[in-house]
Amino acid sequence: MAVDTAPAVTTPAPSQQSLKPTPRWRSREALTAWLFILPSLIGFLIFTAGPVVAAGVISLLNWNLFSAPTWAGLHNFARLGPDPTFWSALGNTAYFTLVSVPLTILVSLALALLLNQGVRRVAVLRSLLLLPYATITVAVAFVWIWLYIPHDGLVNAVLGWFGINGPEWLISDNWAMPALILMSVWKSFGFGMVVFLAGLQAIPQQLYEAGRVDGTSPWNSFRHITLPMLSPALFFVIVTSVIGSFQVFDQALIMTNGGPGTRTTTLVMYIYRTGFENYDQGYAAAQSLVLFAFIVVITAGQFLFQRRLVHYDN
Amino acid sequence: MTTEAMPLASNKALQRKLIVFACFLVTALTLIPVVMMILVAFQSDAESMAAKPSFWPSSWHPENLTRAFDLVPLGKYLLNTVYFAAGTTILETVTAALAAYAFARLNFPGRSWLFGIYLATLMIPSQVTLIPQFVLVAKLHGIDTWPGMILPHAFTAIGVFLLRQFFLGIPRDYEEAARLDGANRWQAFVRVIVPLAVPAIATLAVFKFIGQWNNLLWPLVISNSDATRTASVGLQVFQDTNGTQWNLLLMAATVTTIPLIVLFFLTQRWFVRGITMSGLGGR
Repeated sequence: MAVDTAPAVTTPAPSQQSLKPTPRWRSREALTAWLFILPSLIGFLIFTAGPVVAAGVISLLNWNLFSAPTWAGLHNFARLGPDPTFWSALGNTAYFTLVSVPLTILVSLALALLLNQGVRRVAVLRSLLLLPYATITVAVAFVWIWLYIPHDGLVNAVLGWFGINGPEWLISDNWAMPALILMSVWKSFGFGMVVFLAGLQAIPQQLYEAGRVDGTSPWNSFRHITLPMLSPALFFVIVTSVIGSFQVFDQALIMTNGGPGTRTTTLVMYIYRTGFENYDQGYAAAQSLVLFAFIVVITAGQFLFQRRLVHYDN
Repeated sequence: MTTEAMPLASNKALQRKLIVFACFLVTALTLIPVVMMILVAFQSDAESMAAKPSFWPSSWHPENLTRAFDLVPLGKYLLNTVYFAAGTTILETVTAALAAYAFARLNFPGRSWLFGIYLATLMIPSQVTLIPQFVLVAKLHGIDTWPGMILPHAFTAIGVFLLRQFFLGIPRDYEEAARLDGANRWQAFVRVIVPLAVPAIATLAVFKFIGQWNNLLWPLVISNSDATRTASVGLQVFQDTNGTQWNLLLMAATVTTIPLIVLFFLTQRWFVRGITMSGLGGR
């Protein structure tokens, strides 16, 4: 932890004895602590903890927001089974996650490794490569619709140079989801790249020098030095990317509106539709709890995996 | 280092040139969508809506900027976005810093279980709380109001968690010294801890601000008039009312994105440093 600002205190370091709190401080400590926590706690209870409990209750009700709710028991959860849109939304979300997360990781890692080769003006390139991350999803989603225009859009024009007849991206059953994924990888790789760059720059150079003396090949030094040292950063980026891709919404709403059919309807979009277009709040809450359960299971799985593969240097 | 090193060195130089070339190529490819957004924003109506899109404007139409603002109350939307993003950011940063200080430095009964509850909510996707939050705001007549927009998104566990991590790393001696000088907890927090934690607090603030500037779902649900409509929701209205008038739509998109890009470039030193210091990059 680098603290490079000198503390604005002039007293000499306190002696061992003075580290014990004086009685006056200790007696008031609990009260002081609660005063510090209170603003955050009130908001947290009302707007986070309360709503989580409420979601559980609402999932057990039939409720359209306008008339009085009636008790539904587990009916809303039972409805999930025979609902084809729910399963298709779940499948689409899994497809999106399984393709976009590894792609994003690969692209950001490759770029971080490239930039870390001591290219001069790394800061400038890094800033430019971070630009997609700093744009508004909704705004750039519109640009991507324009790039994906069938026949003569930029993407198909470039494919045409290579003699490839590009698909009608956003209205094609098979290509709408890959089109969304490509845009999403473009939008988000910058974040992972910065985390990886920070990680790479923290690896002690002596490790590589020792490897070089032993005649280690570049691939082996990547495998045995870079990857293990980078594993905490990798783990962090994977976990956050997975959680983020389970919640994908903005670009799908703007670029395909869930179509064609339900080919790009994601879980979050389905929850939004159920709750705020069909006013079926109980069913929407049940869906959100299932999404939550998936995230918990997958995140827990990643943490179990982490114990075996992530190397912490302490 | 003379004869034998020569071919090796030139090989290295070639390799280096290839790496630099690859870096620039990837950067150029990455920037295409952003450049296209700006170029199309300046095209004429006919050119931007032609069946065969062109990339470089054959004539430049800077008046598209004022036309975009005339078609949609874009200025109002942008101001609303600033209120929403700044309001949530300020509230979150201040309350999170206070709570994080207590969790990191003060002893009180129930500290560990309360912090445990905060941590547990980190994994909950915002969609779980979306419907109850909407119901709560609706019951309190908060739809289309600033408190209704801002308050539900101003208190998250992640801010408390990040700042607590950072505060734990600040040596206790600094605070002890202030205490010996007669400072109370509040003074120690404001004069010692906060100044030392500026990079971490700034990182949290930048992340939060970008996240909320980007937020589509919550404003879409809770705002239903121009009084509180944010730019990301406003762009959609744009598409609905004008079909796909690409030049004006992308001009509006450019205008909505530029403040964020500027903020990002001004603060990215903090941001990168914050990622490094929080140990996320490994050590």
